[in-house]
Amino acid sequence: MLIFELSRPGRGSFHQAPAPVPEPQLPPALLRALPPLLPEVSELDAVRHYTRLSQKNFSIDTQFYPLGSCTMKYNPRACNQLAMLPGFLAAHPAAPEAAIQGLLACLYDLQEILKEVTGMAAVSLTPMAGAQGEFAGVAMIRAYHDSRGDAERTEIIVPDAAHGTNPATAAMCGYATREVSTDREGNVDLAALRSAVGPKTAGLMLTNPSTLGVFEPSIEAIRDIVHGAGGLLYYDGANLNAILGKVRPGDMGFDVIHVNLHKTFSTPHGGGGPGAGPVGVSARLAEFLPVPVVAKEEGGYRWLTELERPRSIGRLSAHGGNVGVLLRAYVYARMLGREGMARVADYATLNANYLMAELARAGFELAFPRRRASHEFIVSLKNLKETTGIGAMDVAKRLLDKGFHAPTTYFPMLVSECLLIEPTETESKETLDAFVAAMREILEEAHTRPELVKNAPHTLPVRRLDDVKAARDLNLTWKPNPG
Amino acid sequence: MSIPSDLKYTATHEWVRRETDGTMTVGITHHAQEQLGDIVFVETPAVGKAFKRDQECGVVESVKAASDIYAPVGGEVTAANAVLRDTPEAINQDPYGAWMFKLRPADPAEWDGLLDAAAYAKVAESEAH
Repeated sequence: MLIFELSRPGRGSFHQAPAPVPEPQLPPALLRALPPLLPEVSELDAVRHYTRLSQKNFSIDTQFYPLGSCTMKYNPRACNQLAMLPGFLAAHPAAPEAAIQGLLACLYDLQEILKEVTGMAAVSLTPMAGAQGEFAGVAMIRAYHDSRGDAERTEIIVPDAAHGTNPATAAMCGYATREVSTDREGNVDLAALRSAVGPKTAGLMLTNPSTLGVFEPSIEAIRDIVHGAGGLLYYDGANLNAILGKVRPGDMGFDVIHVNLHKTFSTPHGGGGPGAGPVGVSARLAEFLPVPVVAKEEGGYRWLTELERPRSIGRLSAHGGNVGVLLRAYVYARMLGREGMARVADYATLNANYLMAELARAGFELAFPRRRASHEFIVSLKNLKETTGIGAMDVAKRLLDKGFHAPTTYFPMLVSECLLIEPTETESKETLDAFVAAMREILEEAHTRPELVKNAPHTLPVRRLDDVKAARDLNLTWKPNPG
Repeated sequence: MSIPSDLKYTATHEWVRRETDGTMTVGITHHAQEQLGDIVFVETPAVGKAFKRDQECGVVESVKAASDIYAPVGGEVTAANAVLRDTPEAINQDPYGAWMFKLRPADPAEWDGLLDAAAYAKVAESEAH
């Protein structure tokens, strides 16, 4: 039920409303003829409504959430708590630097930590989401080539396993996308890459480990091919969790990286943000970083702006980015420390490989059985679909009945009927075993009671949704009943 | 997998039929619609617009993904199938009947560069990871 449907005229919680203010004198032409269409409910109605909604939701606080590529790890409460210290919460974005030295010190330290973790020469924290980080990264590639008068480079190379955001980013920055294929083991096809690069190559965008859940072993050869052609290497930080504290993109030869703090550094996911996508660059791109960045000088910390960085690609937010999110990531990084970072990668990889081995033992087919998983792996239900009619979406829906959030379905598109499964480092062996047990049951049901799986979910507030109707007949706006 | 032998194909899963007036009719293959799943939206190219071979000229969006459609040969669009605007599912029901657009080829010889049914079958097969 919508809160609008609970509405009764005159009902409300007026005793908590702020004291009335004198009514401003507005020109009659600007006054509305009818009251605004807002729900009128009691405080208790409102509390119950939103509590019930939260109970209908699947979340990391209530369920295992192995949504591949999204790194749905647990966000420690301490990050939230410390980011809400009054000195942070009350800081005004336009406050003079002298009044926010503590805040600037945290942001400066976060820049330094991200430099160290990624192996890049310089970092800017300002991009407000992963996608904006990507945009900033490719805009810097463009600025670099432009600064050398090299206007011939019009193409960004993207492997076919890439996130959809990569070609979208290239297009936003005015580049054409050139796709290179992936071989049967999930690696970039080096011959295809060699024939794709040339004087038109502005750069290559790569996720490593890739969206196929495997580490690209030829990364140094890839670097040499792209650099040899005069292009730059862009690292999509989506899967950084797998290599945190182990391998550094800077050491692999990447020139630009964006980091999804909401994935690797445990800041809030979903609900449309707020996100944060800091960018790191090699020395030759440092002058193009988006401003402001925080500098540490003798007298303290200060913002560097267009004045000190005249060749910057500019600003991506009115102020210093999503500072509240950056602070959460800073606390997380400080709690982990250097050793903790490496443990994140250790356990993320261990959990993924354990889950992969157990699911294979349960009878599920792996997309890349000969490869060790990174932090995530792919199960293909192609043969199950052919023999029983039960595909990836059916298994995903049946998992909901069993109390698990579904893995990512039908991505990457390279593998048919795929489930992309990412357990993250914060889950226990018991949770992983319970997930395997549920998957075993579903596999059994697919053979013995396929209708049960086909029509799942059965235990949730809504049954199987009509995907097609949902995509085509969007109806998101409540309107009062004309009667 | 249905691959009619009287049509030609591209590695990007378009089918092409040469009409008697020299125009070429384009749609997506049975294999393509099967991989995409239920199609919810189709964007066809504007009539009169010219494309080079392999240039993006349309979009097919399904419940799983959005995929670009590429011009199988270079030329000018002479017709687009308006029916798909309201009933994109026609592509799932009848992929070789639900054409997307027609092109007047700039160079009719490009027809010879397209894949025949046997060659396309190999492409579709090799993609089945």
